Amino acid sequence: MCATEGEKKADTQGQVSQASVKDVFWSEKRIEVVIGRLLQLGVLLAAVVVMGGGAMYLFNGGEPASHYRLFTGERDDLRTVTGVVHDLPAHHARVIIQFGVLLLILTPISRVAFSAAAFALQKDYMYVVITLIVLAILIYSLAGHYI
Amino acid sequence: MTRLDPTEFTLGVFLVSVAAGFLGALTGLGGGIVITPILTLLFGVNIQYAIGATLVSVIATSSGAAAAYVREGYSNIRVGMFLEIATTLGALSGAFLATCIPASVIAIIFGVVLLQSAYISGRAREERSKRGPGSRLGALMKMNSSYPVGGGWEYYEVHNVPIGFGVMYVAGVLSGLLGIGSGALKVIGMDQAMKLPFKVSTTTSNFMIGVTAAASAGVYLHRGYIHPGLCMPVILGVLAGASTGTRFLVRSKVSVLRTIFGIVVGVLAVEMIYHGITGRI
Repeated sequence: MCATEGEKKADTQGQVSQASVKDVFWSEKRIEVVIGRLLQLGVLLAAVVVMGGGAMYLFNGGEPASHYRLFTGERDDLRTVTGVVHDLPAHHARVIIQFGVLLLILTPISRVAFSAAAFALQKDYMYVVITLIVLAILIYSLAGHYI
Repeated sequence: MTRLDPTEFTLGVFLVSVAAGFLGALTGLGGGIVITPILTLLFGVNIQYAIGATLVSVIATSSGAAAAYVREGYSNIRVGMFLEIATTLGALSGAFLATCIPASVIAIIFGVVLLQSAYISGRAREERSKRGPGSRLGALMKMNSSYPVGGGWEYYEVHNVPIGFGVMYVAGVLSGLLGIGSGALKVIGMDQAMKLPFKVSTTTSNFMIGVTAAASAGVYLHRGYIHPGLCMPVILGVLAGASTGTRFLVRSKVSVLRTIFGIVVGVLAVEMIYHGITGRI
């Protein structure tokens, strides 16, 4: 989709004039570059939050290797988006790390949401629908137990 | 290593994750695949926690790297977005499956997937020259595109969309079941079945990995697989290693590293299968 400019040489259908293809190319490309930057920003933000929480976590003692031998599952309030956000004001190290992890999970999800908007701007409705299906699956995964 | 105190444990996991992220970025195989075996075999971590932490780190590296490839115009976003329906559905199935299969069986499947990765890492990658005309479905879905070659752009057409979609579902299941990016299988689906150029396949796969992993991550979170104390050193380590690895990529001989990485993966594969069969995981 970023390579539409080259397509105009090879594409035999020729439904679109060269000038408009070029316009679409640049707007598509610019949208993608902006989305890419946002993604990197999301990862960076998540890493900073995880690092801050991690420093607090180790300062407070943390857990030894033996803690991870048997699977007991993370405590209930740290298993949901609402639970983590609800606990956040308490500034507990583990909650802060888990919030950073949530930011990380939300990064590709917001990427898909931005793509849906980008396809809508291009009036490419087939791909708006495809992208919204992916978004629905992702939201179901993260919030499915409420439904 | 199971007697480590909290600081030693965190530091050990961090250093292993740095090395895995670094080698993963250099070889293009992704570091995720070696972290879970090392955590379980070396640090005695339960496989569910190990899978959860690795999966989250996969999101971090994929989201960071994908941006660069999209900018260069290699990734085919339409192909990626369409195939993400298959990978996310697969990931949901895999993540649910992971919660009802015994850990020892997961370890054996993990070992087999590792063996396949070790095999792939030893194989040469070559760009095929003739691909022929693509399928009608690919054209109908506006998937045909072009990518940068040398100074210009080369046009390509997409083949076998339904087969590619099926392979992606399987890749998603493995991703959700094992907490890996399963980039290798995604590349096979696009390169072999859909006959996309290799560079387009690898970069589009990278673009899809983060979204696929996010679909499993939700299920993992609710099932309590995501442990902050373990995720923290893994995420930070893999990110640090991968971003350093990407910078080295331009000026290092990768073939030797690929061989080393292949051997490490092979050894881990055998260990995982052995531990799985003997019921130690």
